Amino acid sequence: MSGIATIFKRELRSYFATPVAYVFIVIFLLLSGAFTFYLGNFYERGQADLQPFFNFHPWLYLFLVPAVSMRLWAEERKSGTIELLLTLPVTMWQAVLGKFLAAWAFIAIALALTFPIWITVNYLGSPDNGVIFASYLGSLLMAGAFLAIGSCISASTRNQVVAFILTVVICFLLLLAGFPLVLDFFRAVAPQGIVDAVAGLSFLTHFGSIGKGVIDLRDLIYFLLMIGAWLYATAVVIDLKKAA
Amino acid sequence: MIETRQLTKRYGGFTAVDAITFKVEPGQVLGFLGPNGAGKSTTMKMLAGFLSPTSGGATVAGFDIETQPLEAKRALGYLPEGAPSYGEMSVREFLDFIADVRALKGDLRDKRIDDAVERLHLERVLEQPIDTLSKGFKRRVGLAGAILHDPKVLILDEPTDGLDPNQKQEVRTLINSMARDKTIIISTHLLEEVHAVCSRAIIIAAGRILADASPAELEARSRYHQAVSLTAVNVAQAKEALSKVADIAAIEVDPQDGRITAFPKPGRSIFVAVGDALKTQGVAVRELALEPGRLDEVFRTITQGAAGQEART
Repeated sequence: MSGIATIFKRELRSYFATPVAYVFIVIFLLLSGAFTFYLGNFYERGQADLQPFFNFHPWLYLFLVPAVSMRLWAEERKSGTIELLLTLPVTMWQAVLGKFLAAWAFIAIALALTFPIWITVNYLGSPDNGVIFASYLGSLLMAGAFLAIGSCISASTRNQVVAFILTVVICFLLLLAGFPLVLDFFRAVAPQGIVDAVAGLSFLTHFGSIGKGVIDLRDLIYFLLMIGAWLYATAVVIDLKKAA
Repeated sequence: MIETRQLTKRYGGFTAVDAITFKVEPGQVLGFLGPNGAGKSTTMKMLAGFLSPTSGGATVAGFDIETQPLEAKRALGYLPEGAPSYGEMSVREFLDFIADVRALKGDLRDKRIDDAVERLHLERVLEQPIDTLSKGFKRRVGLAGAILHDPKVLILDEPTDGLDPNQKQEVRTLINSMARDKTIIISTHLLEEVHAVCSRAIIIAAGRILADASPAELEARSRYHQAVSLTAVNVAQAKEALSKVADIAAIEVDPQDGRITAFPKPGRSIFVAVGDALKTQGVAVRELALEPGRLDEVFRTITQGAAGQEART
């Protein structure tokens, strides 16, 4: 356990040692604000909720989370520190989890810094804060799933740009898994059962249902399984690629 | 202590390390020599627990690297090739991180960090980001990280690569000062380094051990071992005098500087005889030296011989 905590601490601190953290947070806050007020018609709707705010999170994450995750392992591999890290007395799991949790905590910090909008909506009306809490939770879980995918892709290359682009593409496909763009492709080649399974993988569907204020165990399990599976894949990929 | 049994690493059809077996005792400094791509780094990476062996095994300080990897890693200090470290951290943060991972606490932790900083002369750069340091300092930061927990076993992959002569000397002094109670393996391209720090040398090429001996024993395999070299005022006269010494097998003259080298017949000593012959013939000699043997020549003979065999099979 202490191995995870030590790596977590080092990683999280390293975000703030470079401009990456500040650039990310500022852009995240600016974009989420701009989307909410201009594209989401926050005022015009005349409703005291944060629906327009959360609706854009999947699309914000699509580009911002891969920007965080791309360096997770690619940088370690490029600079050779992966050899240092994995010859210290920590297990592969501690390293994978420590790094992932640090990145996740970092995004959680950025997300938490959106609190003024929560204050605003409470000042203007009386929203259902339960729904807002659930949406924050759903948003964080979705960011975690994006990150876990990014972690695995980052482990498979030493080139951060490649990691970024591949992660965006895979996340995009998973976001839209419930939509015709992706489903039509599977309809052409696979039986209905598989099409339904693919549709069930859609991030948007699961995020949407949490966002309605219903924390369904199935949606939680979906995101946690997604994170677990991609982190497991991360460990496997690192092991396979160490030799190269 | 480090012990390997038939340690092997294959990548597809390519055998990087081929059934290497050796044992290093505490107090020994083992030098790993070999051409690039010989399997030195791969062997060290397996011992450090970064790569897993294809077959065979090894123990570090008594712990099996495959079944007890964490215990083995705790007993080991490892400097990877190129001494990688986290560039955005300051030297102090980096050493703190290593101390955390090594679970060093309280007074012992402070003492160990102070000791590593002092041994590698890092006092001046403690608060600087590692990225801003010179190559020599980066290497020393890596070394400080490797020795921080006072490990019983040290594996250093090219610890002096890229250092200037003064820094090389410092690192060698450091290794020598730690040699007494530790088991140390270093890899190097520099044959002078083998002399300076190693009590034993293993030459490997194409993944196999070709020689395992003390530096002096290796030198004794040299053609130059016990040879006598000299520079004379009159080269022809000197050659004439040397040709009369019975135990000399061959005489060579360096076309560049006219230095004459006389090689003895196997097992014979010719130094005294050469001296006498020169004196009786009245040859004026500027310089006369007994050759201990040339490590670079032994290295070339051994490794190129192996490469030749490889090409034929």
